[in-house]
Amino acid sequence: MATMSAFHTLRGVSLETIGSSCNLWRNNVYSLTTKSCRLRCLQSRILRPFSSRQHNPKVPEVPTWEPAPEEQLPPPTKIPVDLVDKLERLALVDFRTKQGLECLEKAIRFADQLHVVDTSGVEPMDSVLEDRALYLRDDTATEGDCAEELLKLAKNTVEEYFVAPPGNIPLPKREERTAMLRHSEF
Amino acid sequence: MLGLTLKEVSSAFREGRISPTELCRKCLNRIKKTRPLNAYITVTEELSLKQAQQSEARLRRGVPKGPLDGIPFAVKDNFCTANIRTTCASKMLEGYTPPYNATVVQKLLDQGAVLMGKTNMDEFAMGSGSTDGTFGPVRNPWSYAASYRTQAGAAPDSDWVITGGSSGGSAAAVASLTSYLALGSDTGGSTRNPGALCGVVALKPTYGLVSRHGLIPLVNSMDVPGIITRSVNDAAIVLGVLQGIDVKDSTTVPAPSALVELPEDFDVRNLRVGIPKEYHAPGLSEETVAQWSRVADLFERAGARVEQVSLPHTQYSIVCYHILCCAEVASNMARFDGLEYGHRSEMESSTEVMYASTRHEGFNDVVRGRILSGNYFLLRHNYQQYFLKAQKVRRLIADDFGRVFGSGVDVLLTPTTLTDAVRYYDFTQEDNRTRSTQEDIFTQPANMAGLPAVSVPTALSRRGLPIGLQLIGPALEDKKLLCVARWMEQRVGFPSISDWDGSQESRNDAGVTREQTSAV
Repeated sequence: MATMSAFHTLRGVSLETIGSSCNLWRNNVYSLTTKSCRLRCLQSRILRPFSSRQHNPKVPEVPTWEPAPEEQLPPPTKIPVDLVDKLERLALVDFRTKQGLECLEKAIRFADQLHVVDTSGVEPMDSVLEDRALYLRDDTATEGDCAEELLKLAKNTVEEYFVAPPGNIPLPKREERTAMLRHSEF
Repeated sequence: MLGLTLKEVSSAFREGRISPTELCRKCLNRIKKTRPLNAYITVTEELSLKQAQQSEARLRRGVPKGPLDGIPFAVKDNFCTANIRTTCASKMLEGYTPPYNATVVQKLLDQGAVLMGKTNMDEFAMGSGSTDGTFGPVRNPWSYAASYRTQAGAAPDSDWVITGGSSGGSAAAVASLTSYLALGSDTGGSTRNPGALCGVVALKPTYGLVSRHGLIPLVNSMDVPGIITRSVNDAAIVLGVLQGIDVKDSTTVPAPSALVELPEDFDVRNLRVGIPKEYHAPGLSEETVAQWSRVADLFERAGARVEQVSLPHTQYSIVCYHILCCAEVASNMARFDGLEYGHRSEMESSTEVMYASTRHEGFNDVVRGRILSGNYFLLRHNYQQYFLKAQKVRRLIADDFGRVFGSGVDVLLTPTTLTDAVRYYDFTQEDNRTRSTQEDIFTQPANMAGLPAVSVPTALSRRGLPIGLQLIGPALEDKKLLCVARWMEQRVGFPSISDWDGSQESRNDAGVTREQTSAV
């Protein structure tokens, strides 16, 4: 209900105008005369519905391509359990559910479409600015002295150090990890 | 008053017809009234009023800073703002308050513009609906317009439509008249997509023309700050302020020309407009095709040379984008480990455990999914087959554009999105990855090639919702692109969603006649 009343004005406006094209003309002709072409456009928009307009031959009327057909793609990738573990350790995020894994497999399937494109002799492109010299400033410090300000952003600090928990301990095995992370859910 | 252009507001200020403080209050009130849209994550009320008062003092002394002095603006919540929390709509940064301003934010503040708040988005800008952020989805203001309610027989509380994304909050803020301009970010279409669905002008400048310093990165080689306004001329004014070299971003390039205002009458005779045939993709709505054809006609009748052209690798662009995006995300998101800033898990048995649980707690499924896919594409035995392959296809896509523009075409005319905005309920029946591959199909090629592109509101669909068309230009031809966009804007007759009472009042007490009437 709050939503409805919040938009009272907007609705008021549009009922006056969008809802009734003829009123719109009468009410606003004064502002339209300055741009007579606008009025013409409005007229043609209203008097000639989309379907009866003659189609511009330069704009294709039907889709000009289809997604790459399955048979041209390599066989779908299945992610083995050990790779799941490896990816989670590398990425330091977990798949959480079976759905997460399916999502990756779908993402790979989608990416497989690139294999139908012939790229022989093509150089990889890192940046669209590759053809120009970029501006580099002098290698001198122009700002700084803000250690305190930056340290304030961290949750755990001692003097001017960020504090991390004990290091060099590999993540626990997958099952333990899952139990641990479930525990850590908000 | 809320529906005026920047130039009109600026002159209203100078002539004393309204003061920046009054205008700021009006916008704050409107933000409160439109709260259900969920467009803002943070509203900076106190600061906004303070900035407005300072602007007012300058105006009173007769020394305004420029055309943006006193103008309310909004910023997507992935641009750093000093002493104002910046969340990327993620739990990971829920309590993060940056110590500095992004260059683009600083430039607007230096011009005296008044910050209203930080806008809602998809988490870390990953999405095309503004439905996947930790602060909940953004509602499209057109859901509440009479055009949609009567033409589609829709009930706004259940049938509300999405804004598109990921800069949905910024688009909704500008469309619902709570800000005159908003910053978005555009990696694969995140500014143009919501711009089209919310019926506002959305510009993605040439890569490197506008600084990325302080924009929390998604894909470094494609990210560009985007500009959302209600008219093309407003977008040009804002670009004029933002563009140019930034010593804090080594990927910025010098602006080719100063850009203040666009010519009132741009001559399109002899302009060559290309229609890339591959942009009729499967799933493009009949109504969008009809609008595409109608605007092609407008150009043709005015004497422009409209021709069909081919960008043969278009259909692979979204696939290529998907791989490059995941790969860069995997690398960029590595910075969020709980140590220096942002969320930190309480599980402290080891550094690795703290990292893993921080990231488990802080990221949503979409972000985790892209990080995992990116890590997969970057594995030693996949690197060549996926990552390098995608970089090669990227060159082919950029070369396609190069060939067409090299042949003398000035601008490309294409759809921005496949359809008008869909209902939230329908949108969320598919996962984020599927949606992004559908929604970004026409927008990400410009990011792959670093080209300027702008979405211009064109018409209302039969359901009473906006349809936008996109213009793409050659690199660094942003000004010419905007001239063409303005020409188109002046002729399509797009009905703007507006506060009738507010505009009426301003017309009476200020004597302002709107060129593009807010009545429609």
